[in-house]
Amino acid sequence: MRVAENLNAALHGLLADDPAAYVLGEDVLDPYGGAFKITKGLSTRFPGRVITTPISEGALTGVAAGLALTGNTAVAEIMFGDFAALAFDQLCNFAAKSVSMYGSRLPLRMVVRCPTGGGRGYGPTHSQSLQKHFVGMPGLALYEMSPFHDNREVLAAMVDRGEPCLFFEDKILYTRPTGLADPLFRVRRDGDLAVVDPDVPELAARPDCVIVAPGGTAHRALGAMRSLLLEEEVSCRLLVPSRLYPLDVEALLPHLGGVVLVAEEGTAGGTWGSEVAHLVHQRVWDRLRGPVRLVCSRASVIPTAAHLEREVLLSESAIHRAVREALRG
Amino acid sequence: MTETLAPAPATSPARLSRLADDDLALLLLIRHFELELLRLYGAGELNGTTHTCLGQEYVPVALRPLLGPGDFVFSNHRGHGHYLARFGDAHGLLAEIMGREGAVCGGVGGSQHLHRDRYLSTGVQGESLPVAAGVALHLRRTEPGTLACVHIGDGTWGEGAVYEALNLAALWDLPLLVVVENNGIAQSTPTGAQLAGTIAGRAAAFGIGHHLVVSADVNEIRPALEPLVAGVRSGRPLVVEFRTHRLGPHSKGDDTRPPEAVRAAREHDWYDRYAHDHPDHFHPLDARARALVEGVVAEVSARPPSRWSPCA
Repeated sequence: MRVAENLNAALHGLLADDPAAYVLGEDVLDPYGGAFKITKGLSTRFPGRVITTPISEGALTGVAAGLALTGNTAVAEIMFGDFAALAFDQLCNFAAKSVSMYGSRLPLRMVVRCPTGGGRGYGPTHSQSLQKHFVGMPGLALYEMSPFHDNREVLAAMVDRGEPCLFFEDKILYTRPTGLADPLFRVRRDGDLAVVDPDVPELAARPDCVIVAPGGTAHRALGAMRSLLLEEEVSCRLLVPSRLYPLDVEALLPHLGGVVLVAEEGTAGGTWGSEVAHLVHQRVWDRLRGPVRLVCSRASVIPTAAHLEREVLLSESAIHRAVREALRG
Repeated sequence: MTETLAPAPATSPARLSRLADDDLALLLLIRHFELELLRLYGAGELNGTTHTCLGQEYVPVALRPLLGPGDFVFSNHRGHGHYLARFGDAHGLLAEIMGREGAVCGGVGGSQHLHRDRYLSTGVQGESLPVAAGVALHLRRTEPGTLACVHIGDGTWGEGAVYEALNLAALWDLPLLVVVENNGIAQSTPTGAQLAGTIAGRAAAFGIGHHLVVSADVNEIRPALEPLVAGVRSGRPLVVEFRTHRLGPHSKGDDTRPPEAVRAAREHDWYDRYAHDHPDHFHPLDARARALVEGVVAEVSARPPSRWSPCA
């Protein structure tokens, strides 16, 4: 099953299980079923609870908050995550504040889905990874879609949190299969965390480097892990958390070694990775051989032309190089 | 839809009709509450800032019996009158503003961020309209006959969120009542310098009804609104524009209006007019409201600070 199908099934499941659940967004109705086809079939099966909206990201996010305020579960789709900028006020000043600024907890079951990232030639305003702009906002949790987490489970976790959540969905990941296809590695779950190790127990026990990556970057990290293992006999462990913020850093600690690297697609500067690095440094600085390394996209707009886009976005080879440099110390 | 934003004629406003006791008592409660707040700020006894509704008290008082407990009310930065008209709870509101025990929201929200039952206020202009549209969508589906009422000002019409929400309200036949308190000034900017065209014209652009209220007489305003509010309940969104007057500063001491503008606002003030038109009715209730608010201030001031845990 592809990740997009898993997410579509998760939304079907949510609407089927929760009679007070709504899905809303631009062009989400059948037969179109959303720009990335994630909402396909929903409006046919659940007419009335799948709502198409005008091109008004601020308003549709506000409507989702209003539905959540009246006890419903609202899942809003922002067609391209870049446009979450148009909903920033609703997210930052209304939804994230409302859960706590009225003195007592006001639960809001609300998820805002953001198709994210580049690699498809959509250009500077349709390719960004905006996670970093939402990191550190009390009352707003950030999750990222991953090939190793079932989306029904992730949706339930976001809804049960009772506070607004942003769900970042890497667009390339939509077309990939769920789970792990590479026989060199095996994946296991430790709570929220997916842990990917070489399928050789001796290598898995003592990885040379631990890579922390959100779901959208996992395949590039795995590609780098494969070439590092086969070409350089370097073994890596990959840790993929489902929730990026607030990050459960304690869950990472038992899986870390002396060399840690964070790989993400966001552009350099003020990144999620720097938050991860800080949290890790605070807790296990003494155990590290050096500071946590960060590898991300270049501090640049994301060009449209494929050859230029490749120069900017985080690549498998950049992760490979970064691991090698980290090990050279 | 051809009305203009010309200032009201310089002639004296018409004589006010005699109000029911509870309406007058509520108007006076709000008036003295707001005056007391300005005094407390002046005396350095309050933290932060506030926006009083002096001169505009009759707006929520006129609406009060037209809204039921099932209706949502979204208020804004200038919302003390809206809260008092809904709950009459001067103690809880003052405790919230003073950060004392018994505060409506633990002292976290303060003057412009209140939530109680189906009442919610926020401090960002226009932000509550899309939220109210979502609430109205829920009400239309699950509690037909109830509505969401949003208070905004003339300055709020500068925000795009207003238009996104009006579009949805018209498209989806939402029971959304937008109450505009057009007091002719957005903080320090006269409406003529910040709003092109008219509010009526903007409502018309969405096919949404618009009702203009120029009177400050609760007995005139209310019956005219009654059938219109009933229409909102059956899914016809409506903009009600009160042409009103802000008597005081935007917040505390920041009134830069020329003296003649303040004088014009004062000439329209229901308070002095009612005292003049109905002195026998006015004076005993005025004295009672003044004493009541003084009592609230004394009692709430003596309370210990409110408690709240940041991680709650």
